[in-house]
Amino acid sequence: MADTQSKELKVREKQEVASPAEQTTPGLVFTPAVDIFETEKEITLLADMPGVRADDLTIDLRDNTLTLSADIAPVDSADEEEILVEYETGRYYRQFTLGELINQESIDAKLNDGVLRLSLPKVEKATPKRIAVKTG
Amino acid sequence: MIYRRFFNVPTYRIRSPWEELHRMRQQLDQMFDDTPSQRVSAGVYPLINLTEDKDNYYVRAELPGVKGDELDIQVTGKNLAISGERKIAAEEEGARYHRKEREAGTFSRMIGLPGEVDMDKVEAKLENGILSIVVSKAEIAKPKQISVS
Repeated sequence: MADTQSKELKVREKQEVASPAEQTTPGLVFTPAVDIFETEKEITLLADMPGVRADDLTIDLRDNTLTLSADIAPVDSADEEEILVEYETGRYYRQFTLGELINQESIDAKLNDGVLRLSLPKVEKATPKRIAVKTG
Repeated sequence: MIYRRFFNVPTYRIRSPWEELHRMRQQLDQMFDDTPSQRVSAGVYPLINLTEDKDNYYVRAELPGVKGDELDIQVTGKNLAISGERKIAAEEEGARYHRKEREAGTFSRMIGLPGEVDMDKVEAKLENGILSIVVSKAEIAKPKQISVS
């Protein structure tokens, strides 16, 4: 990780969703950038969702499909006049298919500084147990 | 529109034999410039939205995962400098990555504001990964309402 620390960040345009599930409300929809990694115990997902408050975020997991969707709160007041617009804002939407069974009870989601951290613990597999045979 | 706002000079043209050639070259450059976006962007992280109202300029940028103390904001004259570092903590050993789209690194950007500002009245806040800086306009830059008698 040491070499990435000094790297200069490059601009990446926000990715607009090409064909999301049918949208009923107007406005732009973006795909959040994510990191997904897996350890033996759990799958962790990190998503960049600037402008999203905890109340506006919906995480839905059913039939191995994980759906993230979030609304954003408008930041500017009505009487502001735009001078320069380099990025657009809008809702976030992204869907994932999970290969592992997830223990739905202990899913944990945290939202800090516009980054969502979602922990999805795997269902514990039955650990092999040796049965001692008694003689008698 | 944007051009006029940023370079507050009258757009009179100096006629010279090279002018036409220069203009053609610019147009050719534009044609081969493969940026698909229609928006004006400096292409420097972070991307910025700048708005104004009667009293203030508002500078906003999306900086998810950046903490306030990792950010350095300075005002000099009409210029606003934003620099900092976005850190992504290393995860535990043995984690297998399926996606790695988020990036860490340093950034630094200078923004020229279109008018005079009051350097003492600058407020910055970082909320839900969005940086918003409110810069007060200097008294001379504020529009004055003139009543018609």
